[in-house]
Amino acid sequence: MKPYVSVLKLRLLNGMQYRSAALAGVATQFFWGFMYIMIFEAFYSETVHSQPLSLKEIITYLWLQQSFLAFIMLWFRDNELFDLITTGNIAYELCRPCEIYGFWYSKLLAQRLSSAILRCFPILLVAYLLPQPYKMTLPPSVLTFVLFLFALIFGLLLLVSISMFIYISVFLTMSPIGSLLLFGVIGEFFSGLTIPIPLMPAWLQTVAYFLPFRWTADFPFRVYSGNIPQNEALIGIVIQIIWLVLLVWLGRIAFNKALRKVVVQGG
Amino acid sequence: MMIVFFFQSKNVRRRKKLITVDGLSKSFKVAKRSSGLRQAVKGLFYREHSIVEALNDISFSIEPGEIVGYIGPNGAGKSTTIKIMSGILVPDRGTCNIMGYTPWKERASFVKHIGVVFGQRSQLWWDVPVIDSFELLRDIYKIPQNEYQDNLDLLIETLDLQSLIHSPVRQLSLGQRMRCEIAASLLHSPKILFLDEPTIGLDAVSKIAVREFIKRINKEKGVTVILTTHDMNDIEALADRVILIGKGRLLFDGNLNELRKDFGTHKTITVDYREDHNPFEILGTTMISWSPERAILSLDTEQVKISDVISSLSSKVDLLDVTIEAQPIEEIIVGLYKEFQI
Repeated sequence: MKPYVSVLKLRLLNGMQYRSAALAGVATQFFWGFMYIMIFEAFYSETVHSQPLSLKEIITYLWLQQSFLAFIMLWFRDNELFDLITTGNIAYELCRPCEIYGFWYSKLLAQRLSSAILRCFPILLVAYLLPQPYKMTLPPSVLTFVLFLFALIFGLLLLVSISMFIYISVFLTMSPIGSLLLFGVIGEFFSGLTIPIPLMPAWLQTVAYFLPFRWTADFPFRVYSGNIPQNEALIGIVIQIIWLVLLVWLGRIAFNKALRKVVVQGG
Repeated sequence: MMIVFFFQSKNVRRRKKLITVDGLSKSFKVAKRSSGLRQAVKGLFYREHSIVEALNDISFSIEPGEIVGYIGPNGAGKSTTIKIMSGILVPDRGTCNIMGYTPWKERASFVKHIGVVFGQRSQLWWDVPVIDSFELLRDIYKIPQNEYQDNLDLLIETLDLQSLIHSPVRQLSLGQRMRCEIAASLLHSPKILFLDEPTIGLDAVSKIAVREFIKRINKEKGVTVILTTHDMNDIEALADRVILIGKGRLLFDGNLNELRKDFGTHKTITVDYREDHNPFEILGTTMISWSPERAILSLDTEQVKISDVISSLSSKVDLLDVTIEAQPIEEIIVGLYKEFQI
């Protein structure tokens, strides 16, 4: 385990160096956050039926989404890993006595963690202090908050295991653009980042509930606001773990298969 | 008979091979396309592939403590061989046994015993100080702290790294970085070191430093070294044995002096003599240049003896000075490439 922890640590420290990038990120996230809230506010003021997700819940949902963007976005990528594959520098990774799947998983996890740690606190803090209706609310109970934390962490682990497939696909395509776009758009939509899943038409909800993506964002954020009750949240966390085990298992098989056929580019 | 057999078997055991490569073959599929828009459009529907034989039936074996120079022109398959031997690539056919491991099958347990330097790539983290990369490698290879410290001290001293290891890699020059790269590959005390063009792009001083260091770890720690290079001075300074490959085939495997003896039979003779305005000719030699005071001749020792040339020279002119030069190894290699049409 030690090699993986070490690479995680080094990557984390490395990622925390980029403070001005984080500051710019925070500003961008506020822009998007306000924009989304205004859109939903307009939408909710015109509606006659009561919606499955209240405006208050949506606003909290949106601020969480902006704070933990690095935890939930599939397009958030590590270009260094793409370069390793396409330039052939993977040669060095391959002569290390450890499993590269685990090694890369640690790197990706560290990158998302360092980015989120720098960004989430200022956004959350300001979002709590905003006037109504933009204000973010606290979770209904301490237990809900604890469940949210677990759901968020497992969601992150799950997302990294999904994103590993993007890197695996680059072994075949030699260009990350297509995979990123495909995974990014499909993942974003079915995680409920474009429209929260409860607001989707019923048939689309069925599709979304069937896929792993919603467990990375939609699920933890709705646990936070109490939209998903505590007992359901507990079952959800178990489902997250099942997905995680399944995807890591499949990912490792695919990864090792890709490695056996690897062509080290550039001589 | 019994006694002979006994001695033989003992002999075999003592000279146990460290690396045995047998019948290694590897081919790559390369998509090809002519230039131009029409061809590009055509390529959308139908793609032509050609099979490039990177390695074709390569066999050799290496004993512990050897330094082997692995040479050949660009694209000969040198790096491919190194990558197969270090467990990175999987060959199409053939076997490779290194210290009892098949590299590509038992990659993770095998690579603990080897160090690899790819001269054209970097294993150090670009944005962090060198020492951080070293410490990460310590954790990856699970090197015990005291062994790590000993190795690090030795490497810092012999490669003169003291002033470098606390600066980020991006601020180092190529030569400085290469010294750090080599150090990084030796932290875990590997038994075998693969060097793929370790002196590429280095200045003369750094080259000599790197060579000296390779010699030293080979002598003192008994590290077996396999190096590929295009710099024949590296080979001359380091390798007792050269393996020459071209177009994926093994062409020569043996001692550097043998190579010189077999292929380097051309000599150049420079003669200075008292002014003489009559040009002369010596049987079996080619006149490269002539002036009233000096002539340069080239000859093949297989065609004519040097002593004969000198005696016929002294009969023709009043000799002042004679210099005989062997063909530089570089030219022998160029000659070999030509001879084998690679």
